[in-house]
Amino acid sequence: MDKQNKKAWLYLLPAIVFLGAFMVYPLIDVFVYSFEEGFNSASQTYFGVGWYNYAYVLRDPYFLQAVKNTFLLVIITVPLSTGIALLFSVALSSIKPLRNLFQTVYFLPYVTNTLAVGLVFMILFKRTAYTDGLVNLMLSWFGAGPVDFIDGPYWAKMFVLCFYTIWVVLPFKILILTSALASVNQDYYNAARVDGTSRTRIFFRITLPMISPMIFYLVITGFIGAFKAYSDAVALFGTDLNAAEMNTIVGYIYDMLYGNSGGYPSYASAAAILLFAIVLTITCINLLVSRRHVHY
Amino acid sequence: MKQDRYARVRRAARAHKIAGSVVAYTCLTIWAVIVLFPFYWMVLSSLKSYSAYNAEYIPQFYTLAPTLQNYLDAFTAVDLGRYFFNTLVFTLITTAIMLVVVTLAAFAFARLNFRGKDLVFTLFLALMMIPNELVVITNFVTITDLNLRNSFAGLILPSVVSVFYIYLLKENFAQIPDELYYAAKVDGTSDLRYLLRVMVPICRPTLITIVILKVIECWNAYVWPRLITDDARYYLVSNGIQEIRENGFGRENIPAMMAAVVVISVPLIVLFLIFHKKIMAGVSRGGTKG
Repeated sequence: MDKQNKKAWLYLLPAIVFLGAFMVYPLIDVFVYSFEEGFNSASQTYFGVGWYNYAYVLRDPYFLQAVKNTFLLVIITVPLSTGIALLFSVALSSIKPLRNLFQTVYFLPYVTNTLAVGLVFMILFKRTAYTDGLVNLMLSWFGAGPVDFIDGPYWAKMFVLCFYTIWVVLPFKILILTSALASVNQDYYNAARVDGTSRTRIFFRITLPMISPMIFYLVITGFIGAFKAYSDAVALFGTDLNAAEMNTIVGYIYDMLYGNSGGYPSYASAAAILLFAIVLTITCINLLVSRRHVHY
Repeated sequence: MKQDRYARVRRAARAHKIAGSVVAYTCLTIWAVIVLFPFYWMVLSSLKSYSAYNAEYIPQFYTLAPTLQNYLDAFTAVDLGRYFFNTLVFTLITTAIMLVVVTLAAFAFARLNFRGKDLVFTLFLALMMIPNELVVITNFVTITDLNLRNSFAGLILPSVVSVFYIYLLKENFAQIPDELYYAAKVDGTSDLRYLLRVMVPICRPTLITIVILKVIECWNAYVWPRLITDDARYYLVSNGIQEIRENGFGRENIPAMMAAVVVISVPLIVLFLIFHKKIMAGVSRGGTKG
């Protein structure tokens, strides 16, 4: 037994070393950092211990802007992307020919580099001195005026960010929902058909309850993912997100840590813990709501 | 008369169904176009010559004079080849180390008995809930203190382990019947040999899933490489593309930029087209994004 004990720990050793060094220790350390006031990364010293870092971050207009952007992004993209994914999944499972082709095409954004394709979106939406860009060309067909979506008004930038985010997250959601739809027992549908139930009623009374655990799973992961949005924004608006008024909470953390305004691990830690607290609260609310509405 | 009415009802039902699938196909086709269009546009723009692209006040949907000059520029004007090579090295090494560490840990949890196993496993699972943003700050400081900035070790080490993959693999290992293990023990097979000769081959689908997910993750990694590298010799493709966007080529050389984007996107797309069934099955089992 003792020999097996030793051997088991030996097998676990690499995982424990890596996790200890790069997850457990940092997890403790981030709390320590967040309470060290006036930490100087050059001399590794600090004045005292307290809530100052949190107070600073919460008063920082850049942080408030980032919180506003992130919440807007979450509130717009999570319901919209889940709804659209549900729509396409239902449409996909109602057809036979070409279904595999559509599924494969829809999945393509998942395997692409967010930064690289974001650049293409930027070019499609951007207005320069040389050209109004493709999207503005299309808008002009409908008589709408040219809008600079990348350096223009706030709502236009937010629109592009939401659009790109939905484009990026949809493949995963469609994949999950189509496989959920395929796994619903056909007997329910046959029974309903014998009773002459209408299609709408079948959808709301059978399909939706049966796949509700998966929808709920997507909503939770969607919330968590959207709160961590960052590289989509970088792809569209460049690394100086504060100047573009398009920063996200995660972007704020990284800016505080590194880059032109960086070198403040304490502020970054405080912001990271605030983000964690927000995500945790929202996830708990989600869980409570689901307990009432999800049929397992 | 009765039969006539029956036929009419059937015809109506069929018309209803056809109308339904027309709507379905229309919606699906529109979205397919939206998904594919950026890819078409990046290939198209990369084939237009610099002067032709900039002369188009109204963007053209096709080009009659395709050129490969932009691809040449992409590899000569910036160090795209190097970014590419770096990403390849980073992806291969990270995935290889991850595979070894994860397999060993999953084996210990699934097959071996030791004191405190349940406790350690619970702790591992608890770590799954820790978001990366929370630990990245200290990791950044650690790697900087170790003088590992701008090195492959600094890039790779914190990206190696994923608790989720240990969990996924452990579940799969646990499904292998115990009898096999005892039979192997009777034959005097060592644990390691049993793991490599029996468990790994049986669980190959799961291992492939894990590898695919990790490769996609590595190829698209942006945040950590950006923090840890500021020397262009160690840029990965994501950082390279951001660098190109902000300083390379001169800002207005969009065709060359698009050529770089195509080059960066092609490997994963080719991989996807070959293995699309496996990849989609793998992601629906263990993927998260968005």
